[in-house]
Amino acid sequence: MVTFENVGLRYDLGPEVLRDLTFSIAPHSFQFLTGPSGAGKTSLLRLLFLALRPTRGLVTLFGHDTSTLGRDALSTMRRRIGIVFQDFRLLDHMTTYENVALPFRVMGRAEASYRAEVVELLQWVGLGEKMDALPPVLSGGEKQRAAIARAVIARPQLLLADEPTGNVDPSLAQRLLRLFVELNKSGTSVVIATHDIALMDQFDARRLVLHDGRVHVYD
Amino acid sequence: MTEDGATPARPRRGWRVWRLRRREGAGRQPAPIVPKNTIAGRALIAVVAIMTFLAALTTGAVMLVRDTANAWQSEIAREATVQVRPAGGRDIEADVRTAAALVRATPGVSEARAYTRAESAALLEPWLGAGAGLADLPVPRLIVVRTAPDWVVDFAEMRRALTAQVPVASLDDHRSWIERMRRVTRATVLGGILVLGLVIAATVLSVAFATRGAMAANRPIVEVLHFIGARNSYIAGQFQRHFLDLGLKGGLLGGGAALLVFVTADLLGGWLLDPDALREVSAMFGGASIGPWGYAMVMLQVACIAAVTAATSRRTVTRTLDELR
Repeated sequence: MVTFENVGLRYDLGPEVLRDLTFSIAPHSFQFLTGPSGAGKTSLLRLLFLALRPTRGLVTLFGHDTSTLGRDALSTMRRRIGIVFQDFRLLDHMTTYENVALPFRVMGRAEASYRAEVVELLQWVGLGEKMDALPPVLSGGEKQRAAIARAVIARPQLLLADEPTGNVDPSLAQRLLRLFVELNKSGTSVVIATHDIALMDQFDARRLVLHDGRVHVYD
Repeated sequence: MTEDGATPARPRRGWRVWRLRRREGAGRQPAPIVPKNTIAGRALIAVVAIMTFLAALTTGAVMLVRDTANAWQSEIAREATVQVRPAGGRDIEADVRTAAALVRATPGVSEARAYTRAESAALLEPWLGAGAGLADLPVPRLIVVRTAPDWVVDFAEMRRALTAQVPVASLDDHRSWIERMRRVTRATVLGGILVLGLVIAATVLSVAFATRGAMAANRPIVEVLHFIGARNSYIAGQFQRHFLDLGLKGGLLGGGAALLVFVTADLLGGWLLDPDALREVSAMFGGASIGPWGYAMVMLQVACIAAVTAATSRRTVTRTLDELR
């Protein structure tokens, strides 16, 4: 599904922050991406969700060399990837329902075709009562669940989550982890970037450990 | 803060409640992708309105100056003066009659009025006084010639005929005045166009910068749309529509206010001045009405400024999207 071959990344003329990354992410797999702060987890996630171009090496996503894709093809590819941002990035002027339905809306689908699906997902993540609430009145955990719901509503093949439990208490972190595991069971490949060792210890999964800009894979 | 860290919702009032109920109720309208009624949006409308107002006022003023200068010029161009000087051994009354008849016979002359001796003396009275014994002075006599509109009179031929038949007559067709007036008019209109150009440039720049400022507040929306897979054309289209709307609102407010100023000034002139004074003022400064072309120019400016707003937002979105990858 995702293959990195000798990938390197530097910002402008600075030093390489990621070096010689060679690994792959298989379909239906579950992995944690971890490493000390500043090791490049967010940069690697940004490479994965096509927000950055590698300065060298080859990134293959869903069988396509990403360096050869045009803008519209990249947009189409992003629709197959769900992203949970560390800072949620919910749009404050839209209700929870509208935020979660946004991926369908930008695809140009009519609301009648997805309304039931969105409502069902919101109820599943425990936000059934908050569908018409605006993000500024949601708690941190509710925002987190809304962001996850938005990331998975279009049934992405790959889900990327950046520190998804960074802003929540341990019990909610456990619930969110269960949510990711459920998604993985339904066929989505999951990559969770975290430095929360306690969270990783709760679920036996593959680990991609970043250190000094290089990745070490522990299956 | 509530127990789980949420900020409690503030009570909603008035039209906001009505709007939210519309959104929350059955058959609701989804929130627009780009939020309306933001502080940045309102500030942009204000900037566009003020700059459009100034640009429209300048346009109207330039058009008024041009029309007034043209009217002055054509008024002078339609007049000429024949002077008949008294000379020993000649009958000045006969010379005046001959000259007037000759002038009237020239094609394109609509009127030739010979001033009587008493009228000619009255013209000198302000300088020489009433008791100066003007009857004994050799006062020249004047014939005021008016030409028909849209007719080019052959003043050279008229001058030749006058010189041949009435050697004491001379013709002044105001050519030097007209030339000077033409130069002044051209310089005035050119100056006005220069000022208008500067105002329009300032308008375009300030509207473009204000749009970029308003767009900066929307960068997170562009990023989210981009990362959930929206095509660039979709994102740019959303912002372009929104900013075209803001530009039109501001432009219509500013342009409408400028038109109101011209219409009000025109009406006030009629109400506040008596007909004679109004005629004098109109002759000197022209009317305050900018005419259909003026209105068309103001509306064209409104459309152009709205287009600048929309185009700047599109360019800013495109640049933001380019920066994202």
